[in-house]
Amino acid sequence: MNAAARVVDATKRFGSTQALDGLNLEIAAGRVTALLGSNGAGKTTTISMLLGLTSPDSGQVELFGRSPHEVTARQRMGVMLQSAVLPETLRVGELLTLTRAYYPRPAPFDQIAQTAGITDLLHRLYGRLSGGQQRRVQFALSLCGNPDLLCLDEPTVGLDTESRASVWQAIRSRVSDGCAVLLTTHYLEEAEALADRVAVIVRGRVVMTGTVDEVRALSTAGRIRCITTLSTEAVAKWQGVDTVTRAGEYLQLETAVTEKIVQRLFQADPSLSALEVRRGGLAEALSRISAEELQ
Amino acid sequence: MNAVLNVADVSVPAKRVSALSILLVESRMEFMRMLRAPAFSVPVISFPVMFYVLFALVMGPPNASGGVARHMLASFSAFGVMAPGLFGLGVSLAIERERGLLELKRALPIPAGVYLGAKLVMASLFAAIVSVVLMILAATAGHVVMEVLQWCKLFVLALLGVLPFCSLGLLIGTLVKGQAAAAAVNLVYMPMSFLSGMMIPLQAMPHVLTQVAPIWPSYHLLQIALHVVGDPHTGNPALHAVTVTLEGVAFFAWAQRRLSKLR
Repeated sequence: MNAAARVVDATKRFGSTQALDGLNLEIAAGRVTALLGSNGAGKTTTISMLLGLTSPDSGQVELFGRSPHEVTARQRMGVMLQSAVLPETLRVGELLTLTRAYYPRPAPFDQIAQTAGITDLLHRLYGRLSGGQQRRVQFALSLCGNPDLLCLDEPTVGLDTESRASVWQAIRSRVSDGCAVLLTTHYLEEAEALADRVAVIVRGRVVMTGTVDEVRALSTAGRIRCITTLSTEAVAKWQGVDTVTRAGEYLQLETAVTEKIVQRLFQADPSLSALEVRRGGLAEALSRISAEELQ
Repeated sequence: MNAVLNVADVSVPAKRVSALSILLVESRMEFMRMLRAPAFSVPVISFPVMFYVLFALVMGPPNASGGVARHMLASFSAFGVMAPGLFGLGVSLAIERERGLLELKRALPIPAGVYLGAKLVMASLFAAIVSVVLMILAATAGHVVMEVLQWCKLFVLALLGVLPFCSLGLLIGTLVKGQAAAAAVNLVYMPMSFLSGMMIPLQAMPHVLTQVAPIWPSYHLLQIALHVVGDPHTGNPALHAVTVTLEGVAFFAWAQRRLSKLR
């Protein structure tokens, strides 16, 4: 499998902070790669290098086999940055026209507007749009160049459920056409819904890559919630129980051996009710990976 | 034979986008968005026009047969090109840096120079508007009579004269971030307007201020403008042109150094 973009042994230091410490990453065509990690882990620096905004101190960054500093390499990439505020006194249609002008093979105007769901906004001034509408316009701009790689930084922040679903749909459709997608997100459900591969960054290194299921499998923790008369102290002493907390009439506990504990709960309190058992998610797996790496 | 074609295998298409075509679209959009921003476009266009009407046409001596109106035309033509460059580049760059737009533009496949080039074109267009409005007022209400070549020279002077102020604005935009840039630009704009002899004749100022006037690019531009309209001026116009050009180049080089260091 050929990579759309590649980072090899990249290091980067800002003053006394080692932002990247030998980071390796490959972004494959036709796949969504989610970059996960806590704030300050090195996600932003990694993306900045791929966008050609900064260079690594050592190591290599390639975009379609070229340097990201080359315009011809960036012509094949669509970008959506979390922080950028676009000119507020331009109309949405003008922003689209402007961004399409940068690319040698721009996507058809109407098609972009339709995909991003902004057809009814084209004549509006960007500054007069709601946060969610602005986000959709930014997504539209990332599609302007018919990209082979989409770099999406927190693409659905501020979107309502419906808009989020339509952005996800559009991303999936681009991916099925062979586009590579690099996604950073704080919504783990977004990574779970979209990502084919997850790369977990801790302290400037990719410490784990795999499918969402592979990463999730690292989380042994399950969460049990129920209404019971049992006391927190008593349950905390049971073997296999990691944490116990009480919220009102609910008892909540985390454990690696959910089945055993559920059995024991019923034995100890047959009147137990409102039982919920949840398998460990990406969030639990991530915090476990991060905690282990940081130790 | 491998029938599956991966995205990364597709060679970069031969079709290229010309930097000039991008510059045209970028300049048009830059002009439109600044024109629609009243905080910029209203003072930039109305201040020199308003001052000209007030000082040259309303308060000017009657039956002066265009002499005062002509002198003031030179003064306010020079004054009118300062704001588009200083505010149009300085404040907009400072705000775009703060809001992450500069970063986004750098990540997009825009050829080098187009982003700044579009701002220069925008500032020149505003300078051209101010210049044309002043000249129409001077020729009609002010009864200023000059050779066609003089009118043309004054217009070209406005188009070129805006450039050193663009450089200075650019430099301020790289030194100060966000809304603070408006204050910083004013700190340069105000003294430069008053202390270079545009509003008040230098002769009416304390000696020490007349001595330092030649440090301002606006002073040199004013002397060239006075030469163009055929009014008394100091020094050699060619030397003034060289000085103001050198100042512009120095500001630009400094700004470029700052920009390349900014992340």
